[in-house]
Amino acid sequence: MRLPKARGTLSEQLFTALREEPGTPVTIDAAVADDAEDRAIALWASYELHYRGFEDVDDRWEWSPDLLRVRAGLEEVLEADLRERYAAHRPDRTSDRVEDLAKDLFDYVAAHDGPSMARHVQTDATEAQVMELLRQKSVYHLKEADPSAWVVPRLPTGPKAALMELQFDEYGDGNPARLHQHLFERGLEAAGLRSEYGAYVDEAATTVLEANNVQSFLGLHRRLRAASLGHLAAFEATSSIPSRRMAQGLERLGFPDEIVEYYREHVEADAVHEQLAVRDICVPLVELEPHLADDVFLGAFACLDTEDRQARDLLARWGVAA
Amino acid sequence: MSAQPADGTPDVAARPVVEERPTIVMCPEGPMLLRGDAVIEDAEGNRHRTTRPVSAVCRCNKSATKPWCDGTHKLLPKKLRP
Repeated sequence: MRLPKARGTLSEQLFTALREEPGTPVTIDAAVADDAEDRAIALWASYELHYRGFEDVDDRWEWSPDLLRVRAGLEEVLEADLRERYAAHRPDRTSDRVEDLAKDLFDYVAAHDGPSMARHVQTDATEAQVMELLRQKSVYHLKEADPSAWVVPRLPTGPKAALMELQFDEYGDGNPARLHQHLFERGLEAAGLRSEYGAYVDEAATTVLEANNVQSFLGLHRRLRAASLGHLAAFEATSSIPSRRMAQGLERLGFPDEIVEYYREHVEADAVHEQLAVRDICVPLVELEPHLADDVFLGAFACLDTEDRQARDLLARWGVAA
Repeated sequence: MSAQPADGTPDVAARPVVEERPTIVMCPEGPMLLRGDAVIEDAEGNRHRTTRPVSAVCRCNKSATKPWCDGTHKLLPKKLRP
């Protein structure tokens, strides 16, 4: 993958700098960003250096203090926005007993009311809309599960083993042909789309980049490990039923088996993963570190909120009432 | 780091007890988790082999992918959940 197209003053300056030799002084201030879109693509590219990098950027930029300073400025804005939105959606827990956490977390996710992209795909979406959705979703699905992988070494024994049990399944149980990212690649190819990593970043909506950035942000900061796992739990707990609707919608439109199979796999896999994420990962972590309980809900909210915003954005583009 | 007694022996009691994980788990209001390879015979006598390290077996009887859970229990009123 090469650097994406700049989307404003900040990303223009940043991408120009990244094409230079590492060590070249960078004096960019994140505050020069034109808007949320400019910030989102700049932050996305900063994070991408930790995943797969860019062909036209020297890998040594990953740990450049100058670049990390710019990234930190962007993360400050992201975190402040996230916490401000969360403040209005804090769970109303009747107790902070850890025994109630599993139920409270499932209830919190279930009580969240947002627009359903999956329902639209199931019954009404056109083929062109689904193709656009697949391109947008590819930004995440081609690195599915990777942001949670950063958290593994930061956990105590029980939650660590449990997260690996879940991640092992995400990564195909040792079989590359079953790797979820790979199932999506095969689905994209069968649908006539490009499957290489980052293929559609240049057309990714700001809301899609922001959702991706939140996952990387939570995954890469040890202090937010519980939020990363809360995000994972909410993601898994909102996947089985929507995945079934997606599969039905794709079948309705005559999409090939490979992409239908990707969603089918997630019906059953995520019915397991949601239980593991809540009961074996989040709850035992909070048992050991009770002060992390609120972060679990912050992360769950981050997932629900960013998914909503992506759905609302795309549905609005298509003139569909959310 | 956990504190060590003055005589230098490790303070084992300070370390949380890690239990063996169970093979079968009944999730409240949810499926039965089943770890490892197994063959399940359903009520019609059909056999289903597990395909993943942990499987979720439907307990609400409403799954469209029985014997596996597909999350449908969450659409049921609480009193109808397992």
